[in-house]
Amino acid sequence: MIGFQYARASDVADAVRQIAADPAAKFIAGGTNLIDLMKEDVERPSRLIDISRLPLRSVEETASGGLRIGALVPNSDLAYHPLIAQRYPMLASAILAGASAQLRNMASTGGNLLQRTRCYYFYDIATPCNKRQPGSGCSAIGGLNRMHAILGTSEACIATHPSDMCVALAALDATVHVTGPAGARAIALSDFHRLPENTPQRDTNLETNEIVTAVELAGRGFAANYTYLKIRDRLSYAFALVSVAAALELEGDTIKEARLALGGVAHKPWRDPSAEAALRGQNIGEPAFAHAADVVLRDAKGFGHNTFKIDLARRAIVRALTQAAAGTPQSQSSKKIA
Amino acid sequence: MTRTSTSQRSTSTIRVPEKIPVSLTVNGVEAQLRVAPWTSLLDTLRDHLGLTGTKKGCDHGQCGACTVLVDGRRVNSCLTLAVMKDGAKVTTIEGLATDGTLHALQQAFIDHDAFQCGYCTPGQICSAAGLIAEGKAKSADEIRELMSGNICRCGAYPNIVRAIQQAMGQS
Repeated sequence: MIGFQYARASDVADAVRQIAADPAAKFIAGGTNLIDLMKEDVERPSRLIDISRLPLRSVEETASGGLRIGALVPNSDLAYHPLIAQRYPMLASAILAGASAQLRNMASTGGNLLQRTRCYYFYDIATPCNKRQPGSGCSAIGGLNRMHAILGTSEACIATHPSDMCVALAALDATVHVTGPAGARAIALSDFHRLPENTPQRDTNLETNEIVTAVELAGRGFAANYTYLKIRDRLSYAFALVSVAAALELEGDTIKEARLALGGVAHKPWRDPSAEAALRGQNIGEPAFAHAADVVLRDAKGFGHNTFKIDLARRAIVRALTQAAAGTPQSQSSKKIA
Repeated sequence: MTRTSTSQRSTSTIRVPEKIPVSLTVNGVEAQLRVAPWTSLLDTLRDHLGLTGTKKGCDHGQCGACTVLVDGRRVNSCLTLAVMKDGAKVTTIEGLATDGTLHALQQAFIDHDAFQCGYCTPGQICSAAGLIAEGKAKSADEIRELMSGNICRCGAYPNIVRAIQQAMGQS
């Protein structure tokens, strides 16, 4: 870790002022990802601006029937919040599928959005990586890429976004509230993270002088028919190879509304509106679910070690939609897959 | 820490950050410290306060050996900056026993032989104390899942689960 200055922000406006004054500064909240990256010299901020004491820790009901979650609400508090557990159990399940209890106690809602890829080459400063050092090349293409993306990749980068929480947020139509020097604006969660294209160094559409202040959930929570199914190399405390957030609204056996988002397969939570459209109006069952999987994976491309993810994703989508339709969501403690 | 004459060779002087005053209450004892901003809570406990019960395993939040309770919540002290915890109450393995009597978890780990080499044990016990305070784990499956942030390379997991079940039954 290289040396850095430390300062606390007194309020959101002060935080924005401080970050605007020093482009090499970083905000720190939970620190679970940033401090790790600093220990590896991947992140080398000149200054850490401590935002952890800002009053952004409430979960409030909105006029439109949704919830506004302060950016500093810890992941564990959010997962166990009564309103989340009751109305948005898919979000609670996704959060509890990620990291460890200690890390969830530390990590913030806003920080979860902004965590960086766990690509081995991004972490290893001795290797080329376009995300870490633009123009240096991608070591994962043609290298070890078991954990890497199969959708939305580019010649510059095949990294995945590691979050579980964001996959559920994408499926739930969440909105990210941010504040910068020009004031506040809202970004749809699905537009918040970027595809790598030729600028993989930019993970999100957040500007460097903006701060995340809240995440807002829309009214629909899909509490009756949902699941978050996470497939990984060990049963707990591992990043997803493939994960699926699936949510349905049913009338009898007919699908009235469908949400489907994947984790572990792309540079962002992968939500495909055409797959959801293909499910609407269909009867629940394997034919419709398998067709939706084919739609999601129509452009999937493997890179060798990760090619198995295409079949794995297909089966996980069918299984997740089956769990959602049956109202038997995946337990995050008992690992038997229903 | 300040750079002296050696920096005069360079026209631009590197600004070395000042040490920052931090107040921590560790195991009920208030400590006034001055630490560099990059000092982890783990290094503060071990190197500044001499509390070496908390262990450094991976130093990257992957093993859980450094787990302590900060304001009652279990966290990885290796990924916590001491300067960010000014005013906090910290409990380490050294602070669990009271008046010479072992904490119920410490006694349960002995009763169930829940360790071999013992290196992960302080983190396991602090993590289990946090787990019991959270109150979310009831079944053995739930204990295993919510203790997954603590790795035991000796593989004492079955006995660790039994030890935690015993302590939960007493709390």
